[in-house]
Amino acid sequence: MFLEIKDLSVKIENKNILNGLNLNINKGEVHAIMGPNGCGKSTLANVLAGKEDYEILNGKINFKDNDLFDLNIEERAQEGMFLAFQYPVEIPGVNITPFLHSAINSKRKRMNEEEIDNLSFAKLLKSKASDLGINIDMLKRSVNTGFSGGEKKRYEILQMSILNPDLAILDETDSGLDIDALKIVTDGVNKLKTKDNSFLIITHYQKLLDYIKPDYVHVMVNGSIVKSGGSEIADEIEKDGFQKFQ
Amino acid sequence: MNSETLNTLDSYSKNKYKYGFVTDIDNEKPKKGLNEDTIKFISLKKNEPDWMLDWRLKAYSKWKKMKEPKWANLSFPEIDYQDIYYYSAPKGFEKKPKDLSEVDPKLIETYNKLGIPLEEQKVLAGVAVDVVFDSVSVATTYKGELEKLGIIFCSIGEAIQKHPDLIKKYLGSVIPAGDHSFSALNSAVFTDGSFVYIPEGVKCPMELSTYFRINAENTGQFERTLIIADKGSYVSYLEGCTAPKRDDNQLHAANVELIALEDAEIKYSTVQNWYPGDEDGKGGIYNFVTKRGLCAGKNSKISWTQVETGSAITWKYPSCILKGDNSIGEFYSVAITNNYQQADTGTKMTHIGKNTKSKIISKGISLGKSQNTYRGEVSFLRKADKARNYTQCDSLLVGNQCGAHTVPYIDSKNNTAVIEHEASTSKINEDQLYYCRQRGLSHEEAVSLIVNGFCKQVLQELPMEFAVEAQKLVSISLEGSVG
Repeated sequence: MFLEIKDLSVKIENKNILNGLNLNINKGEVHAIMGPNGCGKSTLANVLAGKEDYEILNGKINFKDNDLFDLNIEERAQEGMFLAFQYPVEIPGVNITPFLHSAINSKRKRMNEEEIDNLSFAKLLKSKASDLGINIDMLKRSVNTGFSGGEKKRYEILQMSILNPDLAILDETDSGLDIDALKIVTDGVNKLKTKDNSFLIITHYQKLLDYIKPDYVHVMVNGSIVKSGGSEIADEIEKDGFQKFQ
Repeated sequence: MNSETLNTLDSYSKNKYKYGFVTDIDNEKPKKGLNEDTIKFISLKKNEPDWMLDWRLKAYSKWKKMKEPKWANLSFPEIDYQDIYYYSAPKGFEKKPKDLSEVDPKLIETYNKLGIPLEEQKVLAGVAVDVVFDSVSVATTYKGELEKLGIIFCSIGEAIQKHPDLIKKYLGSVIPAGDHSFSALNSAVFTDGSFVYIPEGVKCPMELSTYFRINAENTGQFERTLIIADKGSYVSYLEGCTAPKRDDNQLHAANVELIALEDAEIKYSTVQNWYPGDEDGKGGIYNFVTKRGLCAGKNSKISWTQVETGSAITWKYPSCILKGDNSIGEFYSVAITNNYQQADTGTKMTHIGKNTKSKIISKGISLGKSQNTYRGEVSFLRKADKARNYTQCDSLLVGNQCGAHTVPYIDSKNNTAVIEHEASTSKINEDQLYYCRQRGLSHEEAVSLIVNGFCKQVLQELPMEFAVEAQKLVSISLEGSVG
């Protein structure tokens, strides 16, 4: 099993957010989690990425034969987990090129691969940027600083394409995007999809799933998954909302 | 702040200072303590003319009547001026060696360890270096090449011998000996330092650099630097400094004077990395430095850039007196304090001439149990019509036990003056750290990146050759790890 979440319960500040959640993802699969606001979707993404604000009450997560709780945030990232943030944070004064260059090399170091040199990295970054329709001038700016919502999301996808993760988690990537930006972002995701990597797409609306076709759709309510199935579930939600699952 | 952040902060406190070694070399020192005999000894050792000795003795008599300035936000035990050696020279330096073959190989090895090779072919391309070890200048590189342009770059001791007219005219002209007790002390006992004169119309083609090293125990270093840029000339100058790890505090009280005549420009950069003391606040350099520049002529410009990471105590306010009309003064500063370090640093911009402009960008970063103060004074005199100042002070706090303070004074006697002041204080942002780490960067790498980003506005003012070094130094001061 590639990612296996077993009976996961999590709380934050005395409030239970996840309650006995189970989820299995195999290599090459695209999963979507849908649910109403406050159901725990983003918490799941952050618990997977290793954010430290949460208290794990119960459960186990296995990722690529590792007990995920043995790895800290950066080790999980280096093992191939990528979280595209809902609200990417601005880091003034830090240029995207050295930032991503250090990121890719720390991953390569962990995988015992040779580090990539400045010149090759600059080339790689330029070519990935142009694939995603990102202007070269944008690469001269500081990470996320002064970017519009759409630019930030495109940057997340650019970083994802550079780091080439085994498991990419997209947390509400569609929020705040107009239809053109949504198309660019989802095109990027579709280009990255191979039989060796997996995607976990967290979304509130069904719109995103018009562009990225999931193999499985899960409905999450009150911190657990209440229904799983194929993309037909997304259509049900589109029609009737989350009401009937609650 | 979460537990991991605190752990990493803890590991920062294990401060490892990579320049903390001692060179085992015979020193020649007078007796400890300060009196007229000490000054006569120094003057004699330097083979100085009588007028220089008189100048020193006058400064000494002023010093005797003065008290240390006490207004800074610093606490430290009283300095015992009688428990310090005021002169220390590696044996055999009665005369400055003519070339490197005359220099003790141990000294050359010291500078190689510090990453400052003295052989010219190995010196950073395009940088001329003057090296001061304890109290004497060891070597000045690229001298011949500079002489062809009429540029004088030598130790101040040599300048006193060879260029007495320039010294008599300018030494103490910007920082009078009686300015305050540290300037009086320096004027009485200064031992070496650099002298630069750029003739009219000459743009100095390479960076000039001085590297200061305190080696001997219980020794104060009192260097004196004087830079004169004649009409229409330009020079960029950089100083660097380190000292061995010692449990006792050592005193460093330098004076630096800059004079820019009409249309001249001086850019002065400092990377200060004196030994800061250990994680319990034991040892380290007391750094009481007076740096002042005079924009004497019209359209002249003086720009100070400093990266202050070392010293147990930093007391330093590189300043500009903007006398010439349209002259410009700039101050760019990064000050990082860790463990028990204390820094009280900033600048003074005195607008005298018309249309004078000044700009202050200060970035303070506090870690551990340190205290970091920006202190600045901007004043506009009566005739400073349409003068302008822009000040930006940003402080970044890492951890819960450190302090950041901003003390700006503004004094305007001219109502056409325009003053802008911006200040911010922030804590290192957990969301930024999370974001960086999610991309695979370690906690330390993430902190270093964020802090370097915070300082970027200042670091980019450094000469290219040193900007990378300074970035590394910033990372090292944060990590406490050997680079």
